[in-house]
Amino acid sequence: MDVASKLMCNTDVTRRVLVGFVRRELQRFGFRRAVLNLSGGVDSSLSCFLAAEAMGADNVLSLLLPYRTSTADSAEHAAQVVKITGVHSKTLDITPMVDPYFEQHPQISDVRRGNVMARMRMIVLYDHSVAWNGLPIGTSNKTELLLGYGTLFGDMASAINPLGDLYKTQVRQMARAMGVPEAIIQKPPSADLWVGQTDEGELGFTYAEVDKLLYLLVDERYSPREAVAAGFDAEFVATVMRRVQAYQFKRMQPIVAKVSRRDVGHDFLYPRDWGT
Amino acid sequence: MAQLRIGLAQMNPVLGEVQRNLQLHLDLISKAREQDVQLLCFPELSLTGYTLRDLVPDVAITAHESDPAMAELLAASQDMDLLFGFVEQDDRYRYFISAAYLSKGQIVHVHRKVYLPTYGMFEEGRYWAAGHRLCAFDTQFCRMGILICEDFWHMSSAYALWEDGADVLLLVSASPGRGLSPEAMLGSSRSVELMNQMYATFLTDFVVHCNRVGFEDGLNFWGGSTIFGPDGKLVAQAPYFEESLLVTVLDLNALRRVRVQLPLLRDERLTLVYGELRRILRSMSGRQQE
Repeated sequence: MDVASKLMCNTDVTRRVLVGFVRRELQRFGFRRAVLNLSGGVDSSLSCFLAAEAMGADNVLSLLLPYRTSTADSAEHAAQVVKITGVHSKTLDITPMVDPYFEQHPQISDVRRGNVMARMRMIVLYDHSVAWNGLPIGTSNKTELLLGYGTLFGDMASAINPLGDLYKTQVRQMARAMGVPEAIIQKPPSADLWVGQTDEGELGFTYAEVDKLLYLLVDERYSPREAVAAGFDAEFVATVMRRVQAYQFKRMQPIVAKVSRRDVGHDFLYPRDWGT
Repeated sequence: MAQLRIGLAQMNPVLGEVQRNLQLHLDLISKAREQDVQLLCFPELSLTGYTLRDLVPDVAITAHESDPAMAELLAASQDMDLLFGFVEQDDRYRYFISAAYLSKGQIVHVHRKVYLPTYGMFEEGRYWAAGHRLCAFDTQFCRMGILICEDFWHMSSAYALWEDGADVLLLVSASPGRGLSPEAMLGSSRSVELMNQMYATFLTDFVVHCNRVGFEDGLNFWGGSTIFGPDGKLVAQAPYFEESLLVTVLDLNALRRVRVQLPLLRDERLTLVYGELRRILRSMSGRQQE
């Protein structure tokens, strides 16, 4: 099977659904404005384009939140997106916010530092959600959500997420269709939390490859054995399956210990869009 | 009557707000009246929205003129037939996904959704009771039959209504859009359109499909309501994703013209099918006893 072609989406239809989703979900809760963290990567760039089209550029605030080790590319690319979309932007250096914490924990690992930065950016995002009177737009894609490649309550935090059902491969396709600069689409994806970090280096495989496998496992309900028979390396399949399983908790609300007849989470089940 | 001026209200109900939706219905009825519509169709659960979950008992009404919302719609049906979707509570507190056909102030027919999808993204079996009748009914125009969404994914449903005399199938849905591909339509839209065209072709019936639009809890409803004629050809289609009042005329004489050329209904052998189904049922029950 040509799996790569199965991942191709009609960008006009997808755009229509995602723009409509952002517009409607904000409006139904009485918001006309959106806010998002813009890193200069392809995911947040696409979210910014979608938000600008849905709400009008004048109603979108993008937050550029560099740390002192962030690459110059990130800032440059974020600035390009701001310029093309015409959204509002604000740059806030998070270095003086997180460095005092790091100074108190000199042995802190890269992963912990990265998590602290991601969560600091979340704090700034949600604070500006109030100041700007706009809902935070998410930037996590389906590949990241399935692999658990994100910081819980950090970059995974948002009010609504238009990208959550698009694999990275599809994010790139959509970004190209919406006019995100090619340099942003083609650069190696990175959370830019420490120098030299890249997603694919950390994960140990490429998005192009893992997207095809995830598509078969998740969308087409292939068993791991069938995925191997379809040509994927057995160890690769096992690694990905382990990740998907290990990070299930990141895709869920914290679980509640049930003791009553009706509790939040198990059987108090109302739609989120209740009454809207 | 040879012609039926039909309207499809491809609308976006407010989730769990019966009063606001009732007003939406009355507004659309007024607009349709300006266009001399004789039968106005609303989509599945048009009075409540779809993703109700624990709201089901709170938004239920009875299929009786004593219910205030039903009474208002009955009053509005004096000069225009109406088909709308609602949560029906029966007198023993079971809840159904129902659609009612109203005419001249009377409830002509209520269909309770027979097939409740409970798989993948769907959880209807958790909240709803299943209907267990598939009956056609007479209207002032011709005999018709109603199916609700998953009902028409089972071809036996359409077949039963056809054999019960329905010349116009009224299919209503709140169909969530899904399935990306390079094609300029969602996979769910493609499947439903193919099915509806197939029913129209094989049954030589008019197949009317009224779908809703809007978003609920991350689901998109794709609209694209269609009418296929008894020759299997598209008569009219509403736009994808947008609210719309589609008004068109069904030339009911086409039923005669098509069936003279293609007498599938005449040649259908219901007794043969019944006999074979009985044989299959007997052999199934024999296998289960083994």
